[in-house]
Amino acid sequence: MTVAILNVSWQTLADALALGGVYALMAVGIGLVFGVLRLVNFAYGQLIMAGAYALAFASQWNWPGWAGIVLCFAVVLALSVAMDRLVFRPLRTQSPSVMLVATFAIAFLLQSIALLAFGPLGKIATSLAPLNRPVTIGGVDIRKIAIVAVLVAAGCLLLLQLLLTRTSVGLHMRAASMDFDTARLLGVRANRVIGGAVLISGALAAVVAVMLTVQNPLVTPDFALYDTIVVLAGVVLGGLTRPIPATLGGFSIGFASGILGGALPTNQSQYLPTFLFAAVILVLLVRPNGLFTRGGGQLERV
Amino acid sequence: MRRPEELLAPALLVLGAALLGLAASVSTQAYFVDTLVKVSIVVALYVFIGNSGVVSFGQISFVAVGAWTAGVLSVPSSEKPAIMPNLAHFLRQTTVGNVPSLALAALAGLVFALLVGLPLMRLSGLSAGIATFAVLAITNNLLRYYEKIGPGLNAFSSVPETTGIWQAAIGALVAVALAFGYQRSRYGRMLRATREDRPAASAAGISVYRQRLLAFTLSGAIAGFAGGLYIHLLPLNIDAFYLDLTFITLAMLVIGGSGSLLGAVVGALAVSGLDSFLAAAENGVDVLGWHIDLPAGTRLIVVGVLMTLVLILRPSGITGGREFSLTRRRPPETTAAEPAA
Repeated sequence: MTVAILNVSWQTLADALALGGVYALMAVGIGLVFGVLRLVNFAYGQLIMAGAYALAFASQWNWPGWAGIVLCFAVVLALSVAMDRLVFRPLRTQSPSVMLVATFAIAFLLQSIALLAFGPLGKIATSLAPLNRPVTIGGVDIRKIAIVAVLVAAGCLLLLQLLLTRTSVGLHMRAASMDFDTARLLGVRANRVIGGAVLISGALAAVVAVMLTVQNPLVTPDFALYDTIVVLAGVVLGGLTRPIPATLGGFSIGFASGILGGALPTNQSQYLPTFLFAAVILVLLVRPNGLFTRGGGQLERV
Repeated sequence: MRRPEELLAPALLVLGAALLGLAASVSTQAYFVDTLVKVSIVVALYVFIGNSGVVSFGQISFVAVGAWTAGVLSVPSSEKPAIMPNLAHFLRQTTVGNVPSLALAALAGLVFALLVGLPLMRLSGLSAGIATFAVLAITNNLLRYYEKIGPGLNAFSSVPETTGIWQAAIGALVAVALAFGYQRSRYGRMLRATREDRPAASAAGISVYRQRLLAFTLSGAIAGFAGGLYIHLLPLNIDAFYLDLTFITLAMLVIGGSGSLLGAVVGALAVSGLDSFLAAAENGVDVLGWHIDLPAGTRLIVVGVLMTLVLILRPSGITGGREFSLTRRRPPETTAAEPAA
């Protein structure tokens, strides 16, 4: 059964929605930290990779599914806090390009450590495998994880929206991402806001790690590397400075890549990255501040 | 010429490395040749990133294009069908010698950088970083699967291995001389003015777009040339021209100091030296009676830690972003604020 116009099957559509949801979560994780630190975290994918290894080891030790997820959260959160303390904090006063290069270095460092510690062949995370089986809805087979991913992504985004708009921590975070210096003058505590953003961003990375390992149980040192590059492009595409445009950008690029990947024949879908990144470049040229933002940015004097 | 030592210092470093390489055994010499090729690549990065202050992750795509050009054109015609069965007709017919293949590699890098730069140089900061990354991803994807212009996933075997110590050294010297000539020209000075204070430079009538485009194109030409040198060194496949090479060359530039030509050369030599030593140590070496045997993969970790430490503790690199100077006092025109990476 197919959607007539594009010759896209329902399974592809569901997978594309799920990929869009997962990429939207990654986009929020990257966007939150960018909001308070003005830092694009290239190493976000390696947080996810660490979480995925935690899940793989948990299933190797025959831990139950929930214990693996707890371990995954613990590992990713600890690593995010360490990254913030050891790297982001000393670099806070540097220019955005120095920070970009630094997180690129961290990404490589973590990947090399994983390669050294766990080897190039990868480990298999199987404890959540039942989620990968299809379920039949109205005569259409859809993998359970696609539904779970869409629901979890929507739930996380809703919670985050409530946190940002209904709590004082959220208010502080929004204030800090508008104008950090003024926010500090008005009594917002910098380390608390940044710590909060880093923790939420880490928690989102852990959620993404769970979703991605269900879909792709083979965990290698370059796990989620490609996804991070695509999401970074998506975030810039949507507009980095505001959370909602960033999320929309992440979702769109995930959805587009899911649809194109499913609909194109193999001899064309191998060029999928070319299509995606060419689209990103085109959009950046027409709207350098992002698709989903209003108003032009001005040249910063300082 | 005022302050000739600014050219002589990096050139002598390159020559010194070449002479050390000549004195070394054949197996060690390979490391020196590789190092000298890396010097050319890092100098290419420096021409754009160092002078403009804009981070680009895309220069390795010009290295890859140069390598593909030189490689495809210099595989002997008789071997082409075996290595590249799907090659386009016109490329199958044409085979050129060593020097023309390097010149064409530089030309390919130049044209590709110009085409990419025309639209991209309007961007700056993070957008530029991400867009150049997109260029790298696209180039890698196309060269990996498009078999009409190269071997696709296979390694470029049968390319004449002409890059010995002399060709690598002369290549690095050419790159250094081009970079020096550019940074001393009025165009180089204009671009560095936009790096230090963009609004002031614009107000003085400098077109940021044009100056960046010029540097980007020159950088592309040097990168393409370096790619040609690289493919004549050993049979490489497309994976050799992606994230690993981007990371290691960017690390060299940052560690040496992205603000000066000396920094680019020192960084390339220092990191290559360390990297080669660690690569040897991964196979086990004896140093002063100590047997060192590191696990495979240590190299990238050490380089990564070093790069992060330099960025945190000394963002202007080992050389502090300064050229070598015989006189102690630096002239006032270059005492401006520390450049951003």
